[in-house]
Amino acid sequence: MLEIRNLHASVDGNEILKGINLTINKGEVHAIMGPNGSGKSTLAKVLAGHPSYEVTGGEVLYYGKNLLDMSPDERAREGVFMAFQYPVEVPGVSNAQFLRLAYNEKQKHLGQEELDPLEFKDLLKEKAALVEMDASFMTRSVNEGFSGGEKKRNEILQMAVLDPKLSVLDETDSGLDIDALRIVAGGVNKLHDPEKAVIVVTHYQRLLNYIVPDFVHVLSAGRIVKEGGKELALELEERGYDWLKNGANKHTAAPVAS
Amino acid sequence: MSTAEILGNREYKYGWVTDIESETIPRGLSEDTVRLISAKKDEPEWMLEFRLKAYRNWLTMKEPRKWPNIEYPEVDFQDMIYYSAPKQKATKASLDEVDPELLRTFEKLGIPLSEQKQLAGVAVDAVFDSVSVATTYKEKLRKVGVIFCSFSEAVREHPEIVRKYLGSVVPTNDNFYAALNSAVFSDGSFCFIPKGVRCPMELSTYFRINNSESGQFERTLIVAEESAYVSYLEGCTAPKFDRNQLHAAVVELVALDDAEIKYSTVQNWYAGDEDGKGGIYNFVTKRGKCAGRNSKISWTQVETGSAITWKYPSCILLGDNSIGEFYSVALTNHAQEADTGTKMIHLGKNTRSTIVSKGIAAGRANNSYRGLVKIMPKAENARNYTQCDSMLIGSNCSANTFPYIEVMNNTSRVEHEASTSKISEEQLFYLMQRGISQEDAVSLIINGFCKDVFLQLPMEFAVEATRLLGLKLEGAVG
Repeated sequence: MLEIRNLHASVDGNEILKGINLTINKGEVHAIMGPNGSGKSTLAKVLAGHPSYEVTGGEVLYYGKNLLDMSPDERAREGVFMAFQYPVEVPGVSNAQFLRLAYNEKQKHLGQEELDPLEFKDLLKEKAALVEMDASFMTRSVNEGFSGGEKKRNEILQMAVLDPKLSVLDETDSGLDIDALRIVAGGVNKLHDPEKAVIVVTHYQRLLNYIVPDFVHVLSAGRIVKEGGKELALELEERGYDWLKNGANKHTAAPVAS
Repeated sequence: MSTAEILGNREYKYGWVTDIESETIPRGLSEDTVRLISAKKDEPEWMLEFRLKAYRNWLTMKEPRKWPNIEYPEVDFQDMIYYSAPKQKATKASLDEVDPELLRTFEKLGIPLSEQKQLAGVAVDAVFDSVSVATTYKEKLRKVGVIFCSFSEAVREHPEIVRKYLGSVVPTNDNFYAALNSAVFSDGSFCFIPKGVRCPMELSTYFRINNSESGQFERTLIVAEESAYVSYLEGCTAPKFDRNQLHAAVVELVALDDAEIKYSTVQNWYAGDEDGKGGIYNFVTKRGKCAGRNSKISWTQVETGSAITWKYPSCILLGDNSIGEFYSVALTNHAQEADTGTKMIHLGKNTRSTIVSKGIAAGRANNSYRGLVKIMPKAENARNYTQCDSMLIGSNCSANTFPYIEVMNNTSRVEHEASTSKISEEQLFYLMQRGISQEDAVSLIINGFCKDVFLQLPMEFAVEATRLLGLKLEGAVG
């Protein structure tokens, strides 16, 4: 589904990603872990097409197509979804209005039926149950006045409505108490099926107790320095990231074959 | 593409000219011009006296150049035509006698006037350059006692009402442009809602400037007697010309005891090109008097056009417990400038006013809110709430807020809130990440920003206003 090859990216002229290679197949759940500043969130944003990040090298193929050539909205309509670490407020625009617009854009793109406000309300009700959100959230402005946990649940509600093929969860666990974490993770698990893939970006192992990854990749200083199965996450929880950081430094210092 | 660019690339779709033979008077303004206009309209002596008094006042007045936050070249008042009317019969027995070219013009603007195609639920007075060409649903309204006609007709048919109220809210010496209008106004709309009548349909006037050399000086007078209610809408467009045209209107509203007037405007005059060439100078005086107890006047305006807007729809809250409201969206792009706001003058006890202003600036535009809340000594327990928000798109535009507050008693309460924001890259990216195009995302954010004002508009107008802002913003972020 997704093939990342030697991806380099920078922001404001500082290189953050220094050659990422990653292959993701349908049905898989991948966790990207790493210390603060290692480039985890940058990778998520580059995949979604954030305009502040400049890709300086490498390529990303999504179902064989060049993902980096697409605008953020095209990527979204093609089924790439990112759950934001800091969901943005849009005053005066109701959650339902925003979600219906987004939903219909995707339907239009896929040549499928668009829904009127009443039909959409039913769909929304069904999806909201997945993340235990009540109807009052639908008429409120997007994320305005939502608590941290409500914002994150709202992200997963959007994921449920848009039914993406590839979901990138950027630090979805940050700022969540244990109950909210359980609800959010439960929603993600219910949405997962063999046709879809999920990338979970997280600093802590905690979320991975609920969303169990098939693969764990550890990022440090813009490179993947260690890969393994779910047990790697547990090892990190125990040992921290420092032992890997040193490894990364060694790697950086090694002469580059040309 | 930058936000400013999105805003920029929109073609003004009302920019065409109707080819029609017009009767115009020579350029320039003198006492003779005023007499000539009055004679053309076959007016009674008192009307001519009103005009001449205004003209003499105007001669002693100065154009307000210093205090508004707008800049524009000298206006040569002698290089303008003060009367231009399409050639046709003066009085028309029915709409069938209206020049088909004029009917086609309004149909093209989305305002069908012929009997078969008239808009349901809305009566329209269509004003072309200096004259009203047709008014729909007149008879139906007459049956319930509502008078809705052109101003000229009102002077002929209902002189006693016009004479009683004309100039009672905006005196002839009120300000430079109001004085000019009072001297040379050519037509406009007149609405009279008698005691106890709730007007059964929306009343509206559509203003079209067609002649490149003439100014438009229209006059609107709306009177709602005791317990009457009316909702009135106005819309306006003009062709694209390289030179500027002057639009100096005066609108007077009078609400007696328990009456309510709701006045909505969607202003889309030609704004000039990207470099600021051409466009309408929109210098307008609009004022309502809540003369009676428990009366209410509500102004809602969506200002998107004109090269320059200078406009302060105001309320004089004379009657005890009367209510004044002002809801405004002003969008300026490219080289457009707007200095707009309101005045709420509290005179009666327990009077209340609400001001909600949303200013949006893009391109190199300059957008100012200017508002006065004045609470006089006898206005005990008066209350005002003001909310003024500005949104900037791009980094070459500016937004300003000039609130003036004068409170002369100690039982009143005045609240003022203000904010300035920018459409952020994060907001756009968030919406786009959900599959919404950049242009739709900008539109969504702006419409959310303006929601409190759009909620005040009648349904059809709200849809039109939403669409219009979308169009104006097409082409602006990134």
